[in-house]
Amino acid sequence: MRRGRRGAGRPPDVLVIGGGLAGLCAAIAAQRLGVEAALVESAPKALRGGDARHARNFRIPHAGPTRHTPAAYGEDEFLAEWSAVAGGDAARARSIIAAASDLASWVAGCGVRLQDRGAGVIPFSRRTAFLLGGGKAMMSALYETAAAAGVDIRYDSQALGLRAAPEGGWSVGFAAGETRARCVVVASGGPGANPTWLRPSAGALMFRGGAYSDGRVMQALVEGLGVRTVGDPASRHMVAVDARGPQFDGGIVTRVTAIPHGIVVNRDGAALADPSRNAKPSHYAQWGARIAAEPGGVAFLILDSEGLRRAGPMAFAPLRAVTLAGLASALGLEGAALERAACCLRGPPFFGLPLRAGLTFAHFGLQVDESQRPIGADGCAMEGLFAAGMIMAANFLPCGYLAGLGITLSAVTGRAAGEAAARHVLC
Amino acid sequence: MSCAELERSLRICAACMYCDALCPVFPKLAEISDYAPADLHYLAHLCHNCRTCLDVCQYAPPHPFAVDLPKALAAQRRRSYAEHVWPRGLAPAFRRPALGAGVFALAALAGALAVVAAKTSPAAPGSFYAVAPWLLLASLAGGTLLWAFVSLSASGFRFWRTIAPVAPRRRLLRALAPALRDIVALRHLGGELDCSRGRRPLHHLMAAGLGLDLAATLSAAALQHLYGIEPPYPWLSVPVLAGAAGGLAAVAGAAGLLAREAKRDGEARETGLNVVLLWAIALVASSGLALLALRATPAMPVLLALHFGSVCGLFAMLPLSKLLHAPFRAAALWRAAAEDGVSDRGAGSGDG
Repeated sequence: MRRGRRGAGRPPDVLVIGGGLAGLCAAIAAQRLGVEAALVESAPKALRGGDARHARNFRIPHAGPTRHTPAAYGEDEFLAEWSAVAGGDAARARSIIAAASDLASWVAGCGVRLQDRGAGVIPFSRRTAFLLGGGKAMMSALYETAAAAGVDIRYDSQALGLRAAPEGGWSVGFAAGETRARCVVVASGGPGANPTWLRPSAGALMFRGGAYSDGRVMQALVEGLGVRTVGDPASRHMVAVDARGPQFDGGIVTRVTAIPHGIVVNRDGAALADPSRNAKPSHYAQWGARIAAEPGGVAFLILDSEGLRRAGPMAFAPLRAVTLAGLASALGLEGAALERAACCLRGPPFFGLPLRAGLTFAHFGLQVDESQRPIGADGCAMEGLFAAGMIMAANFLPCGYLAGLGITLSAVTGRAAGEAAARHVLC
Repeated sequence: MSCAELERSLRICAACMYCDALCPVFPKLAEISDYAPADLHYLAHLCHNCRTCLDVCQYAPPHPFAVDLPKALAAQRRRSYAEHVWPRGLAPAFRRPALGAGVFALAALAGALAVVAAKTSPAAPGSFYAVAPWLLLASLAGGTLLWAFVSLSASGFRFWRTIAPVAPRRRLLRALAPALRDIVALRHLGGELDCSRGRRPLHHLMAAGLGLDLAATLSAAALQHLYGIEPPYPWLSVPVLAGAAGGLAAVAGAAGLLAREAKRDGEARETGLNVVLLWAIALVASSGLALLALRATPAMPVLLALHFGSVCGLFAMLPLSKLLHAPFRAAALWRAAAEDGVSDRGAGSGDG
């Protein structure tokens, strides 16, 4: 049901910047508390949804089996695993975990379909719930729910910056002019695919997220409003990806999981030692930084038939050659060097593919207080401004990563920011 | 779209597998290791073209990967038809859907002319239901139906030979009952996220309508030959009631499916095959209804020629029509049911 259309000139109560998961959760939560929310998404409709388009599952605590998650995954166990990979403030992590306990039912109430446990081919996990059809299906459902609730959604709307409006509230700049709102939620993502900001070596990197998640709003807040930051822009979660994929938006399929089944060489043909010396499912996450540090930011995975057989599906067929020298010339490597490095492989034939580092996200964001208000240069929280999602995830995740945590963080902080913004308007 | 395009899409889908709970295509894709022609034929016919996977696809256009699996599988289905149809000379019909329409038109014209000729024939002056025309009508309709039956069976058998799993006969027989359930219920044309909702009921409606029409024809034959009751039959008789209900259902189902074909952006030539078959069914059913409604008027002879002609046209066209999907899908579902008992599912990681 739509409340009566707001007048064209009347500003929204809450303006949400960013149409990814955090933004949608914020807009829906605010609108449900009875305020008028508007949401601006920089991408066109077909590419809406931020990096959550590429999501698969999210991590939730539960005391017993549910329709979507078997067995139990207690809050303490969740916290212990989180602390082991990321360290950070345990009290803050615990608040996210506690808020995530009803997340599955909350998103289901927003029309998001979850996969029944045991459906499909992915071994089901007691730690995470799987999105039926994946993140794009989730985002489509959330957009539908937001629109039905009355949220005013605008696509192709890149926010360029914001300033405190003299009459109160905030004024957000767009190419076409300014929009005023009593309260603003920034949920426009972390540094992401910003091609210039903080990214001297960006040329060699690939971005697993979309080109629209470009961190421009975060840059404007930091450089224009002096908002404080947390984390380290040089600390990035990167994985090995197939260099033949697109520079942006490769998502899940270009990651290369076959590294334990072959050898990796750099562009000089020298073998790289396995940085992790293990074949845990997360091994590929440790290769990204390693590859980025190699000359030209490239490396090559070389497999024999047995390695290929064990490798599992790949989005692109690997190059194939009868001899290592032939494979070397196909990959643009020096034959003799590759023959030395790959002497342990049993061929023919041999297979190879080029690798680059694919950036998932950086451990860098806006500093926020416990109400998710950004902290200004003076050390005080900013009134009527809230941050949610990956733009502030570094407050909770200063390093490392836990599968399915990004979605949980974005949804929980988005919902909280939307509710806080609505209450700010209402009080 | 080429085989290479299908393999390109399937590689991306196999690496992604976000759609693994949408329909059986994806779990089966996870089980194959190379992209052998038989497996491509099999996957193409497991797909019921609901297009949900395209709707949720993170790699659909305008993404640079431009994955459109439903379209690539539709093109593969047409290749399956062309490679397995018997007689082989019918293969071009699956590249040019207009050929099917041409065969329908020619056979319909021949059938209609036969009715007209029979009616004015001096051998049967005055009486429309004289023996000679009945024989003529029955042999034309029966002949084209026999042709359709033989050809469709042979084509379906050839397709089964291509995709049949290496499995003991016992397991295949055990799989027959679950496969039949999937076939009759169109189980895979649905699901929680189905974006072609409504297609299944429309298909059921049309199929049930055609079934009722068949029942009407058989009951009329029984009345005529076992009980010696000649047509026309009264409104409250089995042939007329079943025929009228079946005709209405078939017209409604075909019209609904046609409206959906017009709205969705499918693979152009498969859409062409669908449209030709649906129009033929709609013509047969609506001309039958018109004949029934106006059987006591002077329009009856013309409508009889039209209806009988369209029936002959439909039967003659069936072997080179989209009806081939029925035996081919049945074969694919049978293989899937046979595999389901023994599949050990591929491992993967859902961690992002």
